[in-house]
Amino acid sequence: MAFLDLAHLDKSYGANHVVKDFNLAIEKGEFVSLLGPSGCGKTTVLRMVGGFEVPSAGTIHIDGQDVTSLKSNQRNIGMVFQAYALFPNLTVAQNVAFGLKVAGVSKAETAERVTEMLSLIGLADLGNRYPFQLSGGQQQRVALARALAVRPKVLLLDEPLSALDAKIRASLRREIRSIQQRLGITTIFVTHDQEEALSMSDRVVVMSGGRADQIGTPHQVYNRPATRFVASFVGTLNTFDATVTDPATGTVRLGDSTVVLNRPVEAASGAAITLALRPESATLGAGNPGDVTLMGRITEVQFLGAIIRITADLGGHDLTLDTFNRAATPPPHIGEEVTISLPPDGLVALVA
Amino acid sequence: MTRIAAYGTILLGCLYFIMPMIGMAEFSLSMRRGVYSLDAYRVVLADPQFQATFTYSLVMALFTIIFGVLLVVPTAYWVQLKMPKLRPVVEFVTLLPLVIPAIVVVFGYIRLYNTSGWLPMTGSVMGTNILLMFGYATLALPYMYRAVDTGLRTIDVATLTEAAQSLGAGWLRIMATLILPNVLGAVLSGAFLTLAIVIGEFTMAALLDRPAFGPYMQILGANKAYEPAALAVIAFAITWACMGLIQMVSRLSKHKRA
Ligand SMILES: Nc1ncnc2c1ncn2[C@@H]1O[C@H](COP(=O)(O)OP(=O)(O)OP(=O)(O)O)[C@@H](O)[C@H]1O
Ligand SMILES: [Mg+2]
Repeated sequence: MAFLDLAHLDKSYGANHVVKDFNLAIEKGEFVSLLGPSGCGKTTVLRMVGGFEVPSAGTIHIDGQDVTSLKSNQRNIGMVFQAYALFPNLTVAQNVAFGLKVAGVSKAETAERVTEMLSLIGLADLGNRYPFQLSGGQQQRVALARALAVRPKVLLLDEPLSALDAKIRASLRREIRSIQQRLGITTIFVTHDQEEALSMSDRVVVMSGGRADQIGTPHQVYNRPATRFVASFVGTLNTFDATVTDPATGTVRLGDSTVVLNRPVEAASGAAITLALRPESATLGAGNPGDVTLMGRITEVQFLGAIIRITADLGGHDLTLDTFNRAATPPPHIGEEVTISLPPDGLVALVA
Repeated sequence: MTRIAAYGTILLGCLYFIMPMIGMAEFSLSMRRGVYSLDAYRVVLADPQFQATFTYSLVMALFTIIFGVLLVVPTAYWVQLKMPKLRPVVEFVTLLPLVIPAIVVVFGYIRLYNTSGWLPMTGSVMGTNILLMFGYATLALPYMYRAVDTGLRTIDVATLTEAAQSLGAGWLRIMATLILPNVLGAVLSGAFLTLAIVIGEFTMAALLDRPAFGPYMQILGANKAYEPAALAVIAFAITWACMGLIQMVSRLSKHKRA
């Protein structure tokens, strides 16, 4: 059994079925994100792990122990909330020491651990401040230190960065990940921000409607989305209607051309499917042999710095493609007729 | 023109409130013929009855406050945490003492807890004292509950509770180290209001025949001329001191923005 094991979790509020047959096995030291749109049940799953909600069905094991019926104060978990939730009547140092005091750790060891934690989050000098005297980013770092001070078995974070502005969000993101790796703590991170999930995690769980649509590494989830939902929720996507001609070799018809994906497609011969393609997979001009080539007319050029995002009209069907900026090659002009190549590797068949 | 009218109205209102007080204070100082003196105050403060009844009421107030805090803080916390839908109901209940006259409450007590009742609390002095304290707590309930509930609303009770739970804390610790300190200002202002109410309360103490400050004032008022005025001024001073203390404690807490 994995270090943290969620098996067949179900949760209903009255008639509202919020989490459905949720399964997830997390290894020790792994960083797993729950990613999904608002209301898909991310927080509910996290709160069940934390012991704040009782599952309607299913079990939760932490380190081999069945904790499903344990109260949250018996589970030895660390929790970080979107709203920081620092105790306003306690100083920073007292906040960090809170869990240690509850656990009956000696004064000397508590002081030592608090110092260690505060320097870990880079706020060694602010131990005597009250929470209202800190910025949002500082408060959230204290909340992290407070959660980590008791050396929990699992760290749970519910959108800890959502209340912060973009710049601090990006730096704190890296800081959380680096602390997590240094301590080797098993972590579940809830977010609706795909960039956060993809950049921080060992694995990402993409959720919709209370289910886990796909569980995989960021690379897998991004490049081989398992469902139409995952494909559309993570990243930008072009879709094409296609017809399966040979499921075993993954041969499909796309417009006038035949494409061999070299991966089996789970659909019957003759079935209509959707082919998806990331903007960065398509290239301008003739590509490699085996690529699908389409003709189009440029309708929009967005210069984004490192990347140029181009929209082309393929005869009533828009396609978005990204190319790297090259100093020697100026971007194409609007109205230009161009050839666009789609490599079979970049095409994903979406059946579900 | 409207401005002058507004100021005039305010002035009139002030006079309406202040004139009787000035009159009373002036009267309390005129015990000695021809000159102002503190003779009335000297007499009142030296009266052993005054000391006894005032101490009695003070002790009653203290117990009422302790009882009220232990009743109200956990209740308000629980309602806010677990049954926010019940809040209007609880609020309504806590407001009932304002519309039910004290005399009705105390008659109910006497009927229910008399010596031939199922719980003969009025049979002993201690029992009657406890009954009186319950009565006082009822009278103070609307103020105490409001103050604490407002105090609780300034913090995120649910999330703070969960944060503490995730760190291993149980209910008792959460109440003592988290909830109470964060509503301390509110609790204290509730406490001073309770003190002011208990010191001046007459009906319940008189009907339960306890030697409280309120009935003493009444007896004195019926038999003396200058002393009751001095007593009233003292009672006012106590009430105002309480108000001042409420203002002060609400500014003292270190963990709030100044
Ligand atoms: N205590 C509750 N009682 C009733 N319904 C609830 C309760 N908590 C959550 N829900 C419902 O469960 C569903 C999932 O909620 P949840 O908070 O898990 O979503 P989420 O994925 O975290 O969304 P968000 O990104 O907005 O935080 C929502 O439809 C919500 O209305
Ligand atoms: Mg949520």
